[in-house]
Amino acid sequence: MATSSALGGWLHRVTDSDVWWSFKSSPMTVTAAAVTFFIVAVAFLSPVLAPHTPFDPATLSLSDGLKPPVLVSDDGDWTFPLGTDDQGRDVLSSIMYGTRLSLEVGLASVIFAMVLGIALGLVSGYFGGTVDAVIMRVADVQLTFPAILVALLIDGVVRGLISVQRHDEIALFVIVGAIGLSFWVSYARTVRGSVMVEKNKEYVQAARVIGLSPVLIMIRHVLPNVTGPVLVIATLNLGLAIITEATLSFLGVGLPSTEPSLGTLIRLGNELLQSGEWWITVFPGITLAALVLGVNLLGDWLRDALNPKLR
Amino acid sequence: MLAFILRRLLQSIAVLLTVGLVAFSLFRYVGDPINAMVGQDTTMEQRDELRTKLGLNDPAPIQFARFIYNASRGNFGLSYRTSEPVGRLILERVPATLELSFCAAIFILFVGVPMGVYTGLYPQHWSSRLLQAVSLFGVSLPPFLVGILLILIFAVSLHWLPSFGRGETVQLGWWTTNFLTWSGLKALILPSITLGLFQLTLIMRLVRSEMLEVMRTDYIKFARARGLTNRAINFGHALKNTLVPVITVFGLQLGSLIAFAVVTETVFAWPGVGQLFIQSVQFSDIPVMAAYLLLIGLLFVVINLVVDLLYSAVDPRLRGGGSVRVAGH
Repeated sequence: MATSSALGGWLHRVTDSDVWWSFKSSPMTVTAAAVTFFIVAVAFLSPVLAPHTPFDPATLSLSDGLKPPVLVSDDGDWTFPLGTDDQGRDVLSSIMYGTRLSLEVGLASVIFAMVLGIALGLVSGYFGGTVDAVIMRVADVQLTFPAILVALLIDGVVRGLISVQRHDEIALFVIVGAIGLSFWVSYARTVRGSVMVEKNKEYVQAARVIGLSPVLIMIRHVLPNVTGPVLVIATLNLGLAIITEATLSFLGVGLPSTEPSLGTLIRLGNELLQSGEWWITVFPGITLAALVLGVNLLGDWLRDALNPKLR
Repeated sequence: MLAFILRRLLQSIAVLLTVGLVAFSLFRYVGDPINAMVGQDTTMEQRDELRTKLGLNDPAPIQFARFIYNASRGNFGLSYRTSEPVGRLILERVPATLELSFCAAIFILFVGVPMGVYTGLYPQHWSSRLLQAVSLFGVSLPPFLVGILLILIFAVSLHWLPSFGRGETVQLGWWTTNFLTWSGLKALILPSITLGLFQLTLIMRLVRSEMLEVMRTDYIKFARARGLTNRAINFGHALKNTLVPVITVFGLQLGSLIAFAVVTETVFAWPGVGQLFIQSVQFSDIPVMAAYLLLIGLLFVVINLVVDLLYSAVDPRLRGGGSVRVAGH
């Protein structure tokens, strides 16, 4: 009973808040949220929902290859509503699994960049001095380059260090690491700025006087006060991370074709584009665009909603 | 003013040296330069001898100095993949990338700025709202997807324009140009649009918000009160004052344009530096990667420096301290 009223109270707090009100009053944001939620839900339920298991070679048959989508052609087959690729894989199922992979890579790299950036930002802002100077100069140099070039470079270096087969096995981790390392700067700068403001306030001084360790002060007292801006950057970065992963996979340096994300699917389909089999490329492309647009709209809204100056 | 220029110069050199250090570490420690030069049957003694001869046993700072010295003269060693000098490989492909980026820049300026002015002057008109919505979509579309879409429409369905390569080119000394043949010009259209579209939406949104800002100011009201024509007010007074930030952002975006050519060149099989870089990443061709890193680093540092100096020349308030920096994504 106690828990249900606590839950009710929490729900009431949410529905009474300014953020909820600004969410409700923007039809575009509600639509974006619905589209994003739909894509995410379908992607994560793909093992249950997908009509086929596209990357199990035993279930494929070449005679099903290159079937067009049902709605545009009489040659279509309702078993494969969005058609099939040259291997006879169902495009719809491939998209569902691929979206899941794209989302996983996007989320993982944003979390990686966030943890790294927050840690470096906290250290940089709290201790200052040489540590701060070194971290911030590295950030400056990295900001000189577009994120995608940094990610490409990291990927190329890893390829130089390990063999090709090993690379395919750990491609997922390499790409998460590469994207994460190319996005940490904005978190570090934001957190550093907030920490420099917070660390001179009385509550931090008090914590220091009672003898808490710097790590504890940073995590327990400073960090909660800088989460707002970090959350906004993370949402805006998610769209960018998904695009970056798709671009890397499209360029052939991301996820291998045995484990395709949306970008890999688009690259594979692109090879067949010239002969007119457009559906293998276009449907994953539409999914990618819708997902990124939805996430970006949510990020824009969150930035405005959490910014008190705009109210 | 002189102190400001000197400080910015020193900062730029420090950034370049850091980039150089990264490139050098890649070059020296990630791949083994000896492995790329000799066959399988070379003995360990012969390898050691070669190592000493090439100075690979010298202390790291000396090797670094030598690397920077060689790089400044355009000598980046041999490509692991093709065994050709990296300097020549890159030089051969520079014209393709520069011509593509130039066309994209022209496209951005001559389409983006007028669109921004229009949507800024008539923000309530339905066509402005439409452009605004489309531009939001443009920011969310990955560039490679735009390229594929354009190929699908204009090359595969309509057969109007070629979908890959540079078409016929004309050799002018070491420079190969697209501008002198019909097929070369046609080949430029789709890649330039693909490359420019993202920045186009950026510039359009920037001009729009700047125009909205300027049109509210008092001197525009006075200009109207003086009975000037709309044309004189819009272009002579308003647009002129929006151009300073636009030029800055555009300048900073030029570097990103050349960097993002990597993606466009892959989609359109455009034989430029970006395609070379992607191939070198796939084959882990470290010397090419190191050289590309240095070149792009130099490009960005020079652009940042020029923009900073221009800015301080235009706006004296900036001479005291901070610098303008925009991250390219």
